[in-house]
Amino acid sequence: MLFYFFGALAVIASLLVIAQRNPVYSVLLLITSFGALSGLYVLLDAPFAAAIQIIVYAGAIMVLFLFVVMLLNTPHEDTDADEKTHPMLRPGPMRFGAAMAVALLGELAWALSRSGPSSTFSNTPVTSLSAIGYTLFTDYAFQFEVTSVLILVAMVGAVLMARREDQPGEKR
Amino acid sequence: MPSLNDYLILSAVLFTIGTAGVFVRRNLITILLSIEIMLNAVNLSFVAFGRAFGTVEGQIIVFFVMTVAAAEAAVGLAIVIALFRHRESLNPDAFTALKW
Repeated sequence: MLFYFFGALAVIASLLVIAQRNPVYSVLLLITSFGALSGLYVLLDAPFAAAIQIIVYAGAIMVLFLFVVMLLNTPHEDTDADEKTHPMLRPGPMRFGAAMAVALLGELAWALSRSGPSSTFSNTPVTSLSAIGYTLFTDYAFQFEVTSVLILVAMVGAVLMARREDQPGEKR
Repeated sequence: MPSLNDYLILSAVLFTIGTAGVFVRRNLITILLSIEIMLNAVNLSFVAFGRAFGTVEGQIIVFFVMTVAAAEAAVGLAIVIALFRHRESLNPDAFTALKW
C-alpha cells in the first residue's frame, strides 16, 4: 500500500517537474520526488540509501541547483512562442521527442512483461550499515579512492569554468 | 507486498519521464533536472535488485551513482553559468556556434 503511495507521489512530482515553466518550482518538486524515492528505499530495507538520498541528493545537489536558478534569475523560457504554449504542447521536434519517450516506455514495459512473474522479496535483507561499510572499504576501496579523485577534478573544473574572465589583475 | 517487477516498472516510468523532459524542454536547468530524474530511476532499480538478491552491492553502486551525479551537477551547472554569461539565455537552441 505504501509502495503505491510513494510510487504515485514520485511519478506525479516528476511529471510536474518537466511540466513547470518556473525552474524554482521544478527544483522543489524534484525534492518531493526524491523524498518519495527515499520512502521507497526504506520499503526496500535500504536505510543507508534512503539516508544519503535525503542528505546528499535533496540536501546538497538540489540546493546547488536552487542556488544556480536564483543566481541566473531567468524564471521563464525566453522566446515568445515558449511563453504562449505550454511546454508539453509544442510542435515539431518536441512532439517527436515526446513520441520517442513514449516508445521507450513501451519497449521497457514489453521487456519487463517478457520476464514472467516475479515473486515478492523472500530472502533476508541486508540492512546493517557495518556490512555496507565493510564491503565499501574492502572490495570497493579502489573505486572509492577513484571517486575522490573524480570529485576533486569536478571541483577544479567547476571553479575554472564558472570563473569570470574579465577579473581585474588577472593576466591572460 | 510489491514484487521486483513492480519496482522495475516504476523505475521504467520514472526513466521515461526523465527522457521526455530532456527531449521536450528547452531550458538547460530543466534538462539537467531531467537527467537527475533518470539517474534516480536507475538508482531505484539498483536498490530493488540488491534487495532481491540479498546483497549490499545494490546500495554501494547507488553511493557511486550519487557521487557521479554530484560531480555531473557541479560541472554542468558551471557550464550553464558560463553559457548564460555569453548569451544571456538558457535556451539550448541559442548555442549554435558549433553547428555547421
